[in-house]
Amino acid sequence: MSGSHSHPAPAPLGGPLVTPVTVTLAILVAIAFVILGIRFVLGIGAVTNVSDGYPFGIWIAYDVVIGSAFACGGYSMALLVYIFNKGEYHPMVRPALLASMFGYTLAGASVIFDLGRYWNTWHIFWPGYAQVNSVMFEVAVCITAYIVVMMIEFSPAFLEKFGLKDIHKKLNKVLFLIIALGVLLPSMHQSSLGSLIVVFGNQVHPLWQTLMLPLLYLMTAVMIGFAIVIFESCLSASGFKRPLELHLLIGLSRLMTGLLAAYLVVRVGDLAVRGALGYLFEPGIEAFMFWVEMSLFVAPLILLWHPAARRRPARLFIAAFCLLFAGFFLRINAFLVGYETGAGWHYFPSVPEIMVSVGLIALEILGYIVLVRYLPILPKEEKI
Amino acid sequence: MKRRDFLKGALAGGALLASGSPAQARPNKTMPPEAVGLLYDSTLCIGCKACVAACKEANGMPPEFSTVEQYWDTPLDISGKTLNVIKMYKEGSGEIKDSEKNGYAFMKVSCLHCVDPSCVSACPVSAMTKDPVNGIVSYDKGACIGCRYCVAACPFGVPRFQYDKAFPQITKCQLCTHRMKEGKYAACAYVCPTGATLFGKVSDLHAEAKRRLALKPGEDTEFPRGNMTTHDQSSFPAKAAKYLPQIYGEKELGGTQMLKLSAVPFEKLGQPTLPERSYASVSETMQHTLYGGLMLPLVFLGGLTYIARRNVKDEENEKN
Amino acid sequence: MSANIKTNEGVDAVESRLGISRRSFLQLCAAMAATMGLPAGADLAIANAIVNKKRPSVIWLHFQECTGCTESLLRAEHPTLEKLILDVISLDYHETLFAAAGHQVEAARRLAMKENKGKYLLVVEGAIPTKDKGIYCKIGGQTAIDMLKECAADAGAVVAIGSCSSWGGMPSTGPNPTGSSSAGEVLGKVIPNIPGCPPNPYNFLSTVVHFLTFGKLPEVDQLGRPKFAYSRLIHDNCERRAHFDAGRFAMEFGDEGHRKGYCLYKLGCKGPETYANCPQILFGDVGNASWPVGTGHPCIGCTEKGIGFTKPIHALSDLKNVVPPLGFPRIVEEQGSGATIASVAVVAAAAGAAVGAAAAMAKNLGQVTVPPPEKADKTGGKTETERAES
Repeated sequence: MSGSHSHPAPAPLGGPLVTPVTVTLAILVAIAFVILGIRFVLGIGAVTNVSDGYPFGIWIAYDVVIGSAFACGGYSMALLVYIFNKGEYHPMVRPALLASMFGYTLAGASVIFDLGRYWNTWHIFWPGYAQVNSVMFEVAVCITAYIVVMMIEFSPAFLEKFGLKDIHKKLNKVLFLIIALGVLLPSMHQSSLGSLIVVFGNQVHPLWQTLMLPLLYLMTAVMIGFAIVIFESCLSASGFKRPLELHLLIGLSRLMTGLLAAYLVVRVGDLAVRGALGYLFEPGIEAFMFWVEMSLFVAPLILLWHPAARRRPARLFIAAFCLLFAGFFLRINAFLVGYETGAGWHYFPSVPEIMVSVGLIALEILGYIVLVRYLPILPKEEKI
Repeated sequence: MKRRDFLKGALAGGALLASGSPAQARPNKTMPPEAVGLLYDSTLCIGCKACVAACKEANGMPPEFSTVEQYWDTPLDISGKTLNVIKMYKEGSGEIKDSEKNGYAFMKVSCLHCVDPSCVSACPVSAMTKDPVNGIVSYDKGACIGCRYCVAACPFGVPRFQYDKAFPQITKCQLCTHRMKEGKYAACAYVCPTGATLFGKVSDLHAEAKRRLALKPGEDTEFPRGNMTTHDQSSFPAKAAKYLPQIYGEKELGGTQMLKLSAVPFEKLGQPTLPERSYASVSETMQHTLYGGLMLPLVFLGGLTYIARRNVKDEENEKN
Repeated sequence: MSANIKTNEGVDAVESRLGISRRSFLQLCAAMAATMGLPAGADLAIANAIVNKKRPSVIWLHFQECTGCTESLLRAEHPTLEKLILDVISLDYHETLFAAAGHQVEAARRLAMKENKGKYLLVVEGAIPTKDKGIYCKIGGQTAIDMLKECAADAGAVVAIGSCSSWGGMPSTGPNPTGSSSAGEVLGKVIPNIPGCPPNPYNFLSTVVHFLTFGKLPEVDQLGRPKFAYSRLIHDNCERRAHFDAGRFAMEFGDEGHRKGYCLYKLGCKGPETYANCPQILFGDVGNASWPVGTGHPCIGCTEKGIGFTKPIHALSDLKNVVPPLGFPRIVEEQGSGATIASVAVVAAAAGAAVGAAAAMAKNLGQVTVPPPEKADKTGGKTETERAES
């Protein structure tokens, strides 16, 4: 690796595990588990508003599609550090990987409890059942493979804690292959999460139905990956009272804005080429939500346009926040707002449905806090 | 590797991802040789719902209630309990049959058994399959994982799900394949008193549809009932209605095995206007272009492995 | 009904004359009023009329008929109506019921017509052949056409009973070799008629009693049929309509559906295009389901011209009107659960919490800016970090 990269080794953070924050999070998680218990006894309809007009609700649109995109921190950092060789970002890899692993595992869990006949889940991987033309097949297989890869990528943290040096050494020998897979697999499935929509055809509004879907979702996934790293770094620094590695974040933001500009060109260009620009001004919920989404995409560009602006942590944070929600809206708009299978159907998540998603987010945050305190993930704080 | 070269490679790869390769485009599937289906003629339908009742009985589905007093099966739409339903269009005073204005008309809602079904393409576990000989699209709950991708993918909104059950399944019309062993055919066609729903080989049904469209409105003619291919029931004389010169399902998304005729525009009867190219072919073309034979992924993996290996090696060397 | 009927003596007289109890008589008047759909108080009017008025003369003609209409009338049993009618009216000519025959009867008819000129009720049973100057039906040497015209000329009212005289009926079935026509066609005007093959006797009797009570015939439709009996389709009042609406049909005589009493539409029931009140008042006073559909045979549409004896019995009928039940599914039904106050509140709370936390975070971070970084030392010197206090 080139460039300066001497940085302190990661170490457990230590500190109290039971705090008002963790207790609140634990309560939210418990509520979610109770609701899921009801789901398994009484059926999906008992706790969600999912119906035949909207068979994919927020458990798919948010927990799986957006949740996995938000979990692209590890992907973006691996891409940056191991492919583009920016060694200076190395300290950010482990925390990003942890968040990614959590996010993807929970996204995978969300799929399972959204499935109606979950006991047949192994069929997706079994020849004879698996239907390889299906986009969902590819998404499921890639996500599962990626979760395994991430666990392997993350294992050094466990191996260090428990002093398993031999296994650690063997792992290092094949690490490059694991890393390569850790970049290939998300590229495949994040883009395919967009391709899922293609088969819906005219059921999805022209503002969000295009052959460019794989590219758009891939680009946003990478950008979200960077944004989530910035976001979580700021949160960590604030939550654990640690210094902010601002110089790294500034660099990330430059990459992010560059990619964002390219994305906007593709997005608007695609709309223009397909003659869909007229829809931007047709009164209705679709146009409104499109402008919300677009504003959130454009805001980071405006906020971080000036090099001086990128040195302001608040700006970085807000820009990252906006970009996360821009990606959120791109997906919600395609799967829910812009989706219409026929007239007369309504969908808005029910309270138990929302509480499950909230509970999963809480679980992710809680898990992150617990593991960061317990395992060597964050770089050891320098004493000045 | 120089950063410049890598970026070039990435851009080329990206362009490939974006554009796809036209040589690999998958065209619409074609009608199977012994395709069977239904011909539904809205002008003959009197809304008696014999087909709804017969379908429930033939498939052992439970009654579905939409009234306060639950006296008899009154489904409002197909669902986890109902595979076939007749819906009524009404405009203005609703007095003239098959009139778009101040009239009423009926439409049968059930699986159209597409020639190139979106549900079959979407299903990740081959729970939805299309018979290669008779073209019937069947559902196998033993394979199904209940992901409802088929529900979302079907442009006609046909597959439905049992949201109220702990052990649910998808439900949809399967043209009574279970009755075919006994030499019977679709129950809806069997009971229809006016022959509004006809069963038969798609080629025969298509010919009959064309024959009706060629008639003048009010012209006396004979309408068959039951099975068009075996002529198991008597036909009856009546006057041809003022049909719209369109066979719905002839070309929509590559064609369907259930054809429909109507005097009222199909959009008003809840039948969406659809292009000829099936969505399944678009989706599969994209997938094959990107992942066909795992070519692109392996190439990509190769490049990534090479770079990652180099970078990791450097790190090792620097550490030691 | 109040005992204030001004003819208590009259009622008693009727009682003794007709041999029925006062109660039965008053019940009859109420039943008549109900059949005709008359308002409250009509039963009183009917009772008065029956008790007080002079019995009108009735001339009853028979032409191309099977005498079924007369037989139907004679079957009215509840109460002994044949007796009542024969006492309420003065039946001055009836070929079936008269003991006498031949020229004497014809002479009696002409005498009655002369004595009651302009006031007698003419009832016509049977179709009238019109081909070849009507020679295919002659009574006493006179053709049916001539007899009808002669009797109708001085009649106070003319009523056709039965499908034959109402619109031609069975004799007029194609090829109709004798040119059978209805009484109205022969007389060249719409006359009140009670179609049916045979018609329910109470439809005819109610019409006559109405005439007797109010001096005019009840309201009729454009074909001359009393609205109280012929204004609604059999289909709209059929006891098997629920089976039609639910899609349960008998497919063959004797199959399971037939034995369960399912709708007979598929067997050719003409109920959907036939106007009559058969399902309400039934036939023969023998209890419910005593009408064709009730016994398991599809209605043949005997009251309707163009349907009865014209359309094949098992041919499908057209639905004259379709009034789907209120629960008929529409093309678009509102389905699915939209936003509720609770769910929107939860989402708003979650979003608010997220935005609020982010704003607080931004504010904390906002205190700090980072000066441009110094050139980093390639041999691994540490770069500056800024402490961002939170």
